[in-house]
Amino acid sequence: MERRVVITGMGAISSLGMSAGATMDAMAAGLSGISALEFQDVERLQIRIGGQIKGYDEAKHFSRQELTLYDRFTQFAVLAAREAVAQSGAMLAGAAQSGVVLGTSGGGLQTQDENFRKVYEEGKNRVHPFVVPRLMNNAAASHLSMLHGITGPSYTVSTACASSNHAMGQAFHMIRAGMADSMLTGGAESMLCFGGIKAWEGLRVMSKTGCRPFSANRDGMVQGEGAAVFVFEALDVAEARGAEILAEVAGFAMTSDASDIVMPNQNGAVRAMQGALQDAGLSPDDIGYINAHGTGTLGNDRTESAAIQEVFGRNAPPISSTKSMHGHLIGGTGAVELLACIMALREGILAPTINYDQPDPACGLNVVPNVAQKAKPRATLSNAFAFGGLNAVLALRSAG
Amino acid sequence: MGESVAHKVKAIIAEQAMLDPCEVSLDATLESLGVDSLGLVETVFAIEETFDVHVPFNANDPESKAFDIRSVESIVKAVEALIAEAK
Repeated sequence: MERRVVITGMGAISSLGMSAGATMDAMAAGLSGISALEFQDVERLQIRIGGQIKGYDEAKHFSRQELTLYDRFTQFAVLAAREAVAQSGAMLAGAAQSGVVLGTSGGGLQTQDENFRKVYEEGKNRVHPFVVPRLMNNAAASHLSMLHGITGPSYTVSTACASSNHAMGQAFHMIRAGMADSMLTGGAESMLCFGGIKAWEGLRVMSKTGCRPFSANRDGMVQGEGAAVFVFEALDVAEARGAEILAEVAGFAMTSDASDIVMPNQNGAVRAMQGALQDAGLSPDDIGYINAHGTGTLGNDRTESAAIQEVFGRNAPPISSTKSMHGHLIGGTGAVELLACIMALREGILAPTINYDQPDPACGLNVVPNVAQKAKPRATLSNAFAFGGLNAVLALRSAG
Repeated sequence: MGESVAHKVKAIIAEQAMLDPCEVSLDATLESLGVDSLGLVETVFAIEETFDVHVPFNANDPESKAFDIRSVESIVKAVEALIAEAK
């Protein structure tokens, strides 16, 4: 028999707050974490806003030795995991049956950016000896395994904007298949540096003014940074130790558009949502909230709305894009957004889509405009649709 | 000057459309030439590099009046205006 999988711990850091709880409180209050970007050479950018974590002093959280090895994305993952493990109390250390699967897109991009600047712009001929272990995409996953004594399967998934959802889906599958009892999973991202934003600027899909998903006056995406990490655990193991269960991971599906490298495809999104419902044994009517991918671009929001209407028909549940508040965390976004699903299931609060100014007939759904709504969803979906046409949708069910 | 801007813009669009520049007429639209959204972003980039200007184009708002892309001629005019502004 397939094992059931539950969430017993959560941790996060984002522009909305320094913990999972603080991030969810800000989501419930409809606060914005978007502000003026602060980093070297920002004045040479066209795009100067983002969900940057302000007032964060890395030296307050980590020793000098740790900081020589931790890029900012690793720091975020470590802090989020620390919170999740403390809440869960799961036995991870030494157990061959535990692992780590994290999502990231840029990995140690800030380390690359800083060191490219040194060798190319400043003409230096030496860089710090740990540049490679600091920048590698699996650095965060490896440090979590070392810090928590996790000796089973650990790796990193990189599928652009769907990285975290793919990672969490893999962690779910591994426990369900009996390959592991408990997994640390989620994602981390920190691309807010000159090179990171300069590359995105080129695509002409970023907004200079704000993130307004599903609103007729939207004009693009706004990036964010941060991490969220969860403890996924087999239900039997969690019950045996009397752990508090935050939600059940009910289903997961992934599809590929096989069409365009950047433009989303309605059919790929439809198949991913339908697949997650089928995997979870849920019908469309069971879903009481969808955390939309909702990037605030012309292409995504129209296509995603049409896909949701195709799957759910006239009775589509409320949807919202919390990217309006924390920005798009790219490879970490699905992890932070799963918090909105957990909040909906546990607290009956649907996080709003803020900055919703003008209805768009092409996105005619209840997007929980501007102010949180109360509801009692029994199950939720969380969508992630990546550049490259790679789609990953997770279904959660309430623990009760 | 006007001729030369038109000539260069046609060459840029022709490259994206995989056509000979003489096949790109001023009244043609990018769509009719087979330039898709990715080709359009590359066209904007090539215009910026060629003329050393900043093109106010956002792919989320392609119909914006800030940079009129309705035809080859409108693009040429918009580029001429940007060059004049930059002077």
